[in-house]
Amino acid sequence: MSAPSSAARELYQQVILDHNRTPRNWGALQPHTHHAEGHNPLCGDRYEVAVALADDGSIADIRFQGSGCAISKASASMMTEAVKGLPRADADRLGDQCGRLVDRFRRLAPGELDPARDQHDLGKLRVFSGIWEFPARVKCATLPWHTLHSALDGSGHATTEAGTGTKE
Amino acid sequence: MSTVVSRTSDSRSAAAGLDVAAIRAQFPILAQRVHGQPLVYLDNAATTLKPRAVIDRLHRHYAAETANIHRGVHYLSEQATEAYEQVRERVRGFLGAAAREEIIFTSGTTDSINLVAQGWATANLARGDEVVITHMEHHSNIVPWQMLAERTGAVLRVAPISDRGELEWDRFLDLLGPRTRLVAATHVCNSLGTIVPAAELVHAAHAVGARVLLDGAQAAAHLPLDVTALDVDFYCCSGHKLFGPTGTGVLYGKRELLEAMPPVRGGGDMIKSVTFARTTYADLPNKLEAGTPHIAGVIGLGAAVEWIERVGLEAIGRHEERLLDTATAALSAIDGVRLIGTAAHKSAILSFTVGDIHPHDVGTIADQEGVALRTGHHCTQPVMDRFGVPATARASFSVYNDESDVAALVRAIGRAQEMFA
Repeated sequence: MSAPSSAARELYQQVILDHNRTPRNWGALQPHTHHAEGHNPLCGDRYEVAVALADDGSIADIRFQGSGCAISKASASMMTEAVKGLPRADADRLGDQCGRLVDRFRRLAPGELDPARDQHDLGKLRVFSGIWEFPARVKCATLPWHTLHSALDGSGHATTEAGTGTKE
Repeated sequence: MSTVVSRTSDSRSAAAGLDVAAIRAQFPILAQRVHGQPLVYLDNAATTLKPRAVIDRLHRHYAAETANIHRGVHYLSEQATEAYEQVRERVRGFLGAAAREEIIFTSGTTDSINLVAQGWATANLARGDEVVITHMEHHSNIVPWQMLAERTGAVLRVAPISDRGELEWDRFLDLLGPRTRLVAATHVCNSLGTIVPAAELVHAAHAVGARVLLDGAQAAAHLPLDVTALDVDFYCCSGHKLFGPTGTGVLYGKRELLEAMPPVRGGGDMIKSVTFARTTYADLPNKLEAGTPHIAGVIGLGAAVEWIERVGLEAIGRHEERLLDTATAALSAIDGVRLIGTAAHKSAILSFTVGDIHPHDVGTIADQEGVALRTGHHCTQPVMDRFGVPATARASFSVYNDESDVAALVRAIGRAQEMFA
């Protein structure tokens, strides 16, 4: 019996499996200042993200809960670790960077991506670089970031299918 | 674990009168590899693959007989019209309809259901009238009735299902009453595989004076059907789920119902005469087929039905039943696998979860092994809610699958469990 395919291993790296198994900052956050629910209607992934901003606008605390696949759960877990304690502007920027990166993974042909060059600010989040081979799973990784963004801008709800019909 | 089941030594299927190797050879797509692995296609409930006969027929239509139908006096138009109308006759025979006027070509099951909802039901249901559906409907047999209810004030009632995914018969009967105008039910549930007792359901509905629509999307390529004997009022199915082209479907309706039904779409081909003062509609079936239909697709659908008839639905059914038994036993033997939908009478559809691994992760890992599964809610969110899962993985079998595909599925589940161990 051969080993599981390398592409699958690349996607499901140990750090992702670990965050899926024991998500960090899991649960409800009370009190919080900002909150949003994120939903991928195509697959049913659903998370809520709650944020407590400090007086200076930095992210004092963040928690999430919900249900979804390993990619979305690990992405949410690692997101909370990455943004906790950051000034809000830095969190926004990190979210934008992550979104752009993941979006690039979706568009790039295999081999055109240089993770070392393209993810220099992302630290541990670069484990999601394996996702470029799985275009159907990109939205799993971005859903938590969309949700955080919705929480911070006050809209309260994020969907991966904004402006489109939801059909499966 | 490394057992390989040879596709050609499948003696049990040979005993069923089905040469699976010869059938597989007719599906060019099966020769391809996915992620370096032989393709194991287990997403037949989403769409079936296409045999060479259908592909060739489409090609021949486009290459040699492209024309519009019902309007040209020229040679090609007459050829295309004849080919198109021959398919209507073939589908009539395939479904067991009494007359060709009862066969309406649509774009698919969803379109067929919507045609009944917007046409017959809108004209015949009033405020307080009831439509009864089941808890295991595809969204396409829920939403059109919700929209109807909003338009007309009709009331939607939902018959519950059991933990095995069977219609709770007594509670279904309790919902039927003098206000019931329509029972709209799936024939075979796409996420649970449950085969609904169609004859009993039709009988019970007729007993209270209600009409019956059956969603046959998952049935038509798997169960022999005779709509006249079944006495069903409307039957809906999709061409692409029975080896035909996408964008084709059929609405069967009893002639008197279709005749009394106002057209939903106006346009060319559905009229007798048009003046600005008054338009007279064409007779059936044209009245309900406005505009240029999917001519090539319908002609391809004809080739698909011919292909199914040649293989034989009885033989297909026996083959799939054996595969279902094999796959059910194999998956039941895996620790952590939970089957969702264990009705006594099932089609070859297996919905399952693997421990607490999310179905999307199972699907991605299986795909890497060349195994095409469907994961998600399968357009049956109420079913997912009923069983307390956000999603399932689903393996659905067809005539070209065999025991080696079941073995590949078992291996793929093993891979997922290894990776998430």
